[in-house]
Amino acid sequence: MRRTLMVLLIAASLGVAACASKPRQQDAPADAGAASGSGVDTAGVDDSAAAGSVAADDGAGVPGPQEGLLARRVIYFDFDSSEIRGEATEIIAAHARYLASRPGTRVRLEGHTDERGSREYNIALGERRAQAVRRALMLQGAADTQLSTVSYGEERPAAAGSNEEAWAQNRRVEIVYLN
Amino acid sequence: MPMNARDRFTRFLASAGALLIAALWAAAPAHAQLRIEITSGVTDPIPIAIVPFARAVPADGGVDVAAIIQNDLEGSGRFRAQPRAQMISMPTRIQDVSLADWRASGNDYIVVGRVSALDGGQLAVDFELLNLLNGQQLAVGRFTGPQSALRNAAHRVSDVIYEKILGVRGAFATRIAYVAVDGKPPEQRYQLIVADSDGENARTILESRLPIMSPAWSPDGEWLAYVSFENRKSAVYVQRVRTGERRQVSARAGINGAPSWSPDGRRLALALGGSGGNVDVYVLDLASQNLTRITDDPAIDTEPVWAPDGKTLFFTSDRAGAPQIYRVAAQPGQQPKRITFGSHYNARPRVSPDGTLLAFVTIDQGNYRIAVQDLSNGTVRVLSRGTLDESPSFAPNGAMIIYSGRDRGQSVLATVSVDGLTGQRLKADRGEVREPVWGPFQQ
Repeated sequence: MRRTLMVLLIAASLGVAACASKPRQQDAPADAGAASGSGVDTAGVDDSAAAGSVAADDGAGVPGPQEGLLARRVIYFDFDSSEIRGEATEIIAAHARYLASRPGTRVRLEGHTDERGSREYNIALGERRAQAVRRALMLQGAADTQLSTVSYGEERPAAAGSNEEAWAQNRRVEIVYLN
Repeated sequence: MPMNARDRFTRFLASAGALLIAALWAAAPAHAQLRIEITSGVTDPIPIAIVPFARAVPADGGVDVAAIIQNDLEGSGRFRAQPRAQMISMPTRIQDVSLADWRASGNDYIVVGRVSALDGGQLAVDFELLNLLNGQQLAVGRFTGPQSALRNAAHRVSDVIYEKILGVRGAFATRIAYVAVDGKPPEQRYQLIVADSDGENARTILESRLPIMSPAWSPDGEWLAYVSFENRKSAVYVQRVRTGERRQVSARAGINGAPSWSPDGRRLALALGGSGGNVDVYVLDLASQNLTRITDDPAIDTEPVWAPDGKTLFFTSDRAGAPQIYRVAAQPGQQPKRITFGSHYNARPRVSPDGTLLAFVTIDQGNYRIAVQDLSNGTVRVLSRGTLDESPSFAPNGAMIIYSGRDRGQSVLATVSVDGLTGQRLKADRGEVREPVWGPFQQ
């Protein structure tokens, strides 16, 4: 039963991967949309209390190279897996070469999962994916100091919906150029 | 009622009344309102008449105390309230109740009461609970407070009725916290909301454009710990619910997640990833900031939760290849013991207040559902019937579990009794609601 399910999931993932061979809307860093600010407001439940507020904004736009494979910034994964699939290796290699040639360039690797499974477990799984991309970039010449990771687990999906197409788009690491 | 028991009850009411005044909540608009729908109940619920209380117009602000009590008791699935239209009269004092007539109309119990305005703008809620089968007065009491605390007073009446009839402390006058999400990816807004246990009185205590997750109540109900990504990385905060004052308690390299308060409120169990990204379970002493590593394994170890003994932690680990739940002494260098078997996926444990049951998410027939396991004999019972149910949290009386899931595509919070017999849904009017956590009893 589970094996059948896995086969279906992999087949569906491959389908999405094939579509992903040309740059798509989703390949833009997710930060581009959220760059207008990540402000947070806290409040008490009593009106007499002063409501604190913290502004937080890293000001990310869409920096980074746009040519060829470098325009592709999203690495997709299989269900419950942090293994880099074959079709992603040349994308990662291109980014590694770019980073190796520009030691001042920094990227953040943002790991994500689909909505299935518990939330904190998915945070850990998203981190595993980000670390897998980090290691692959370092193996091909990027320096540790150029790379940072963050996992959003299932909290920031790229696609809404509870179906295999959405799930496949959400199991990903986004390569976000910081400068 | 024997005299000494009556005295105790009066004292209980007096202290409850004092707290009620302290806990007044100012009115503010909520973002997502929850609507209750009862999904299942016992086959033979207890018939009770909850007669409309005498009103204090206009001081009571239109609050229908008896309707709130009826909603609480019917929502528990254990009671069936007589419709008002079928009531033979509307007494507000026990001496006006004709035992035989109310019994003849099918009721085992009757609740009557009055809301009255006191000097200084306070309100009093007086109520009496009568057993119609033997004429015994089971409870009589008074709660006082401002108009803003009137709903809370009604929930406290429900608590007393529930306990007097069922012998289990009621958990109606409690609060829940949950995360609400508005908007479509990637433009979402995240809110941390605190509401009454019936979903009313919802207040947003934190709002962010980046994820908020894993809220956890302190044992005294004063604080919520949570994870916020507001600085584009995870950090754990503790926030005083009443004032909004907060502080960051863990913003280490890598993952900072899954806070759980120790029963004494002094420590937080956390899942920390470090720069290498391997998540393990730690315990943070809040006063000293001392950090103790509990697990050390290349697998994912996360979602720690304290057992009520304050010495044991349960957590999720995929060290056996897939997520399962383990138990470990909350000290360094201990060997964890696997607790769950039977499904290839068991995660996000929560321990019942008496320490006898473990609630968690399991894969049951291909669906993510809420299950409980008897910790003494390992028996597992699947309680929910959804496809993506998650985040179980025990009520402080241990009788119910609140969790989140989907109902025909709509995001819902739901409750289910630990025996699986009764349940209700709290549907959000818009957006997504998730990660409900049931707060402690009010002190």
